[in-house]
Order: sequence, then C-alpha cells, then structure tokens
Amino acid sequence: MPAPRTLYAKLVDDHTVRTLDDDGHVLLYIDRQVLNEYTSPQAFSGLRDAGRRVRRPRSALAVVDHVNPTVPKRGPAMADPGGQRQADYLAQNCQDFGIELFDVLDPRQGIEHVVAPEQGFILPGMVVAAGDSHTTTYGALGALGFGIGTSEIEHLLATQTLVYRRLKTMRVRVDGKPAPGTSAKDIVMALIRQIGAAGAAGYVIEFVGSAITSLGVAGRMTICNMAVEAGARGALVAPDAKVYAFLRHLPRTPQGAVWEAALRDWQTLRSDDDAVFDRDIQLDSDRLEPLVTWGTSPDQAVPIGGHVPNPTEENDSARRRDMQRAIAYMGLTPGMPVRDIAITHAFIGSCTNARIEDLREVADILRHRRVAHGVRAIIVPSSSAVRRQAEREGLDRIFVNAGFEWRQSGCSMCLAMNGDALKPGERCASSTNRNFEGRQGTGARTHLMSPVMVAAAAIYGRLTDVRELISGD
Amino acid sequence: MQAFTTVHGIMAALPAANIDTDVIMPKQFLKGIDRAGLADGCFHDLRFDAQGVLRKDFVLNQSPWNRSSFLVTGPNFGCGSSREHAVWGLRQLGIRALLGTSFAGIFYDNCLRNGVLAVSLPDRYWQELVQLAQKPAHAALAIDLPAGKLTLTDGRTLPFELDALSREALIEGRDAIDSTLRFAALIGRFEQAHHAAKPWLA
Ligand code: SF4
Repeated sequence: MPAPRTLYAKLVDDHTVRTLDDDGHVLLYIDRQVLNEYTSPQAFSGLRDAGRRVRRPRSALAVVDHVNPTVPKRGPAMADPGGQRQADYLAQNCQDFGIELFDVLDPRQGIEHVVAPEQGFILPGMVVAAGDSHTTTYGALGALGFGIGTSEIEHLLATQTLVYRRLKTMRVRVDGKPAPGTSAKDIVMALIRQIGAAGAAGYVIEFVGSAITSLGVAGRMTICNMAVEAGARGALVAPDAKVYAFLRHLPRTPQGAVWEAALRDWQTLRSDDDAVFDRDIQLDSDRLEPLVTWGTSPDQAVPIGGHVPNPTEENDSARRRDMQRAIAYMGLTPGMPVRDIAITHAFIGSCTNARIEDLREVADILRHRRVAHGVRAIIVPSSSAVRRQAEREGLDRIFVNAGFEWRQSGCSMCLAMNGDALKPGERCASSTNRNFEGRQGTGARTHLMSPVMVAAAAIYGRLTDVRELISGD
Repeated sequence: MQAFTTVHGIMAALPAANIDTDVIMPKQFLKGIDRAGLADGCFHDLRFDAQGVLRKDFVLNQSPWNRSSFLVTGPNFGCGSSREHAVWGLRQLGIRALLGTSFAGIFYDNCLRNGVLAVSLPDRYWQELVQLAQKPAHAALAIDLPAGKLTLTDGRTLPFELDALSREALIEGRDAIDSTLRFAALIGRFEQAHHAAKPWLA
C-alpha cells in the first residue's frame, strides 16, 4: 500500500516535473499565474531584454488592482502618472505577449485574489503562483497558491515552472461554532496571535475541523488569505460540495464530461487518514472573541475586552523592545483598555474581507445607524462584481445612509498605493490584513479586525464590541 | 547576477523582530516599471524624517554603518508583501548579505535571485553578531560562502549552513531561467501528460 500522504504532498507530487536534489527542491509545474501592474513590470522587461517569450500565455490572467483610483466615478486616465505608467505597461505587455487583461474599466476588474476565483480561473488541485503574498487565498478552493517575487514571475512566464522547495506541513484544527459577532477573521487572527507572525514560517497550513467545514467559501478565503500573516507559504482546505457549488456556473468552469471527470478527481483531494503532519495546532472556536490588533504586527492582538499590554511585564528583552516600539508608534498607553482607543477612520476593504458576504454582514450592523461625528468611513468592495451585487441588494444605500463612502473596487487603503492614504497620526479601524508601520500611509496607525467590528467602531468612534450591537436578536 | 564568493564589509545591527517589506521599501517607491532608483527608498521612513533630512538616530546613517555591506537582522525579517523592490533596494544600498535567525519565505527567495546571501544562524552566534555589530571596532566581517564561514575581527570563525542548490546558485551567480530551460523538453512532456490526464487544468 502506498504511504499515506497529506493533501499538500499530493499537490506537489502531482506537479513535480523533476526532483532537483535531496533537500526537497523540485522543478514544480504551475497551472495558473495571476499578474498585477506593480510586481510584474520588471519581469516583462527581463523577458524583453533576453528575447524570451511567455511560454503559456493562456495560463496567465492580468489584473490592475493596486494603483487604480477607487473614486466613485472612474475615468480611463489616472491622476497619478506612476500608476498610469504601470497600468499602461501592463496593457502593452499583455498585448505583446498575448495575455488576457482586466483593466481598470473592465466590468470584471477587482482585487486579483477575488477576481480570479470569481471567473473560475482557479480550480481545486491547481498550483497557482503570483506576484502577491496573499495568493494563499486560493487554498480555500483546494488549490495550492503562493506568492513569488518579480524574478520568479519572470522565471514562471518563461518556463511555466518554478524551482520550489517543499514546505513542512502544519495541520490547524478548528472545531466548534464561532459565536455571533465572531467570524473567519477572528479565527485566523486567533491563530496568528497563538503561533506568532513567524509561527508558520516554512510551513504550509491545512485547516481542518468543523468550524472550517461549516464556513462558506468566502470565510475559508479570509482564513487562507491571512495565513500568510503567520508566515505560512501556503494554506489549504480540502475542497467539498460547497466548493463545487461555488464553481459550478462561473465563466471558466469546465462543463459537461470534463466537469464530471474533474469532480471525480477532486474527491481525492484530501489528506489520507493516517497522513503525518510536521506540526499540529488546535484552536477552540467556541471561546472565540472578536479580536483587534493594538500593535504593528498582526500577532499583536487582544480580545476586544482586553488591554494594551504592559511591556514591563514582558521578560524577554527583545520582545519588550518590540512592544515598546509598537506602542510608541501606535500612540497608546500601556494597560489601557482597547475599547478606549478612538479612531479617525474606518476602512472596509481588501482581499481579506470585502466580499459580498462581508458586506451583507456589515449592512446588518449599519442599518438604521450612523457613523460617529469626526470619523471618515469608507467601503471599497473587493471587485466590480461585488460592487454590482451589493447595489442589486440595496446594500450601498444602507452604507451611504450610515455615512460611509461607497467606492469602486481595488486595493485602495489596504496598502495606500493609489492615493487613498492616511496622514501621520491618523488611526484606522480596518478590515485588512496588515497593521505594519506606514502600511496605510506614513505614520498612520492601523487596527485590524473583522468587518463587522470595523462597522461597530465607525458607529461609536472608538473600538467597540460588535456583540453589543447584535445582542438584541 | 553578481556572484558571491568571499565578501568583506561592515555589519550593522537591525535586530527588531518582524521588520516587514513595507518598512524596507515603502509604497511610494513601488511606482516604477524598472529597478532603478530604489536606494533612496530603502528603509526610507527610518532613514529620513518628514522633511527629508537624514535621521541621525538611525544606525545606517551613522559612521561606520553608513558603509555597511551586511545587516544583522531580527526574526522573520522581510515578512509581509512579496515586493522584490525591497531586495533591489537593499542591493542598491550596497547590502550583500543578511545575517539573521529567520527570514520570510518569499523574501528569502527574492534575496537568492538577486545575489543577496541570507543566512539563518543559531541563536548564540546571532546574539554575538548583534553585540559585535554595535561596536565600531568589531563591526567588520568577512563572509566566505564556499567555505561556509564568517571571520570576525579577532580572527575567530563561525560556521554557517546553506543548502547546496542555493549555495551553488549564489557562488556561480548563474541565471535561474537558463538553468531551468535545460529541462525545456522535459517540461513539455510533463505538460502534455498533465493536461491529458486532467484536461480541466489545461
Ligand atoms: S487588497 Fe491589500 S493585501 Fe490584498 S492584494 Fe491588495 S494590497 Fe495586497
């Protein structure tokens, strides 16, 4: 009998063109690559300089998402010449190399990690690489996705392969049922808090357990997306009927006999019962509380009822220094309740948490409520399709009536490359994935949380326990 | 890619944990379509104040560390965004090697592709380098990659390890795409069989 294998091992074995050494390096075949305007230009220039072609243009999809403006009325030209140059160069590269492009005005435009699944471009069992760290999102569909740098993009475009080193495997089990007011975001934030920002460095995570299987595809995407914030180089959930239903009628999903054959194959995409993982982690989602970050690393988080920690109580001197630095940057006082933290901005957006499911939950919180005086609140849907769907459901009116700005899709203030940026000292409750120094603008302060927690913070003008707004049900 | 064999230089200590690529290369420097002009962007918000004046309190602005070739970095260095601009910027700033405890995965690969050596050291060696790097008289170092050793100012050596494939790539400074294209025919055969077995992947 063959040795039991993890889902990850099956995917890597299935895509190994050649083993390169005894250290775990293989030449890995890549099924799909997604390209954006800001990490791909130098890769295309490299191909041009060397006179190389793109080996398999049809495996690639290009999307403009990082630099595009999200103003409500979007025109063909960008105010920012740098962003425009990147968008133009991507268009030229796509034309010259025969790659499909969703440009800024395309109705299919949006954040790459949202757009590619929406199209059925990503299927279970695929290996996908892209020049963006949150490519791990595709694990929610049972595809191994991972981020690569620009040199690797060039290598991939030229060869359809990567020189890849096998990762160690971590199984994260999450059982139970998240209580009202907690969600997939809190699960993944709890994991990052438990194992640390480098806790999964060198690992691929497979998420298992009833709390994961009871989530829809969107929630699984949130978790796989943010697993990279624990250092994971890949994240997987074994595909199931929910995934097949999600894929069934998308534009690029295979049809007829090919679909049937694919379905049969996808049943095998699971870790064998006796498969051995290098590390096992257990999270209990019954006791999960809404989490918020207080610091400048995603693992610096506490439950909303908690306090900013006191560095003097930290014994490890290096950790103490990091805490002090983070608290100083964030302009907080050690020991203060996090609920006393007042915000100037609320941002709901990003590939982590701006899908239609997120927006519906946010609308439930905002209905008949108003954003606090002095808070600027913004919603940027993760794709143009999500924006249209929200408008069909009338969610946009709820947002606007509550005092939120309703924007076009893109990365926007998740990384503030497109001009949507905070000023020094401004403080944002944010549904995004990174609270790094300067991430949302030089000197800006970011508190990560779930989208409904952002909505609650917007209403009260300070970090707030969203459960108080839903307890009446 | 510049080959890496033996390199002499000054090392600077940046021992904080989780220094991310947003800090190494802030977003305002990501708008190019080439690799040029990133030296200024590297650690920009740490090196310059809001008026664009050098911050005297930042180690890379102080002598002798303003001539550093090596950084002694903290745990999980290079985490976050995949932006290779971070490594291009380090390289343009004159950095040839990073001596740390651990590196984020994508960032580590990006280093390799650009001839930047990133070494994970055992904690006690790393602690020692952090101490030495802060003393101007002891901040010099020689890195001998083929021999796998670091030579300190007092003549002592510390061994370090790197997997063979990465080591060779750095020492030879060879083009990764050329290396892989040697297998072009094999890739073609694999691809055909892959798509024949699972047509939905094609
Ligand atoms: S939304 Fe944020 S995390 Fe996602 S791809 Fe855009 S910048 Fe990256």
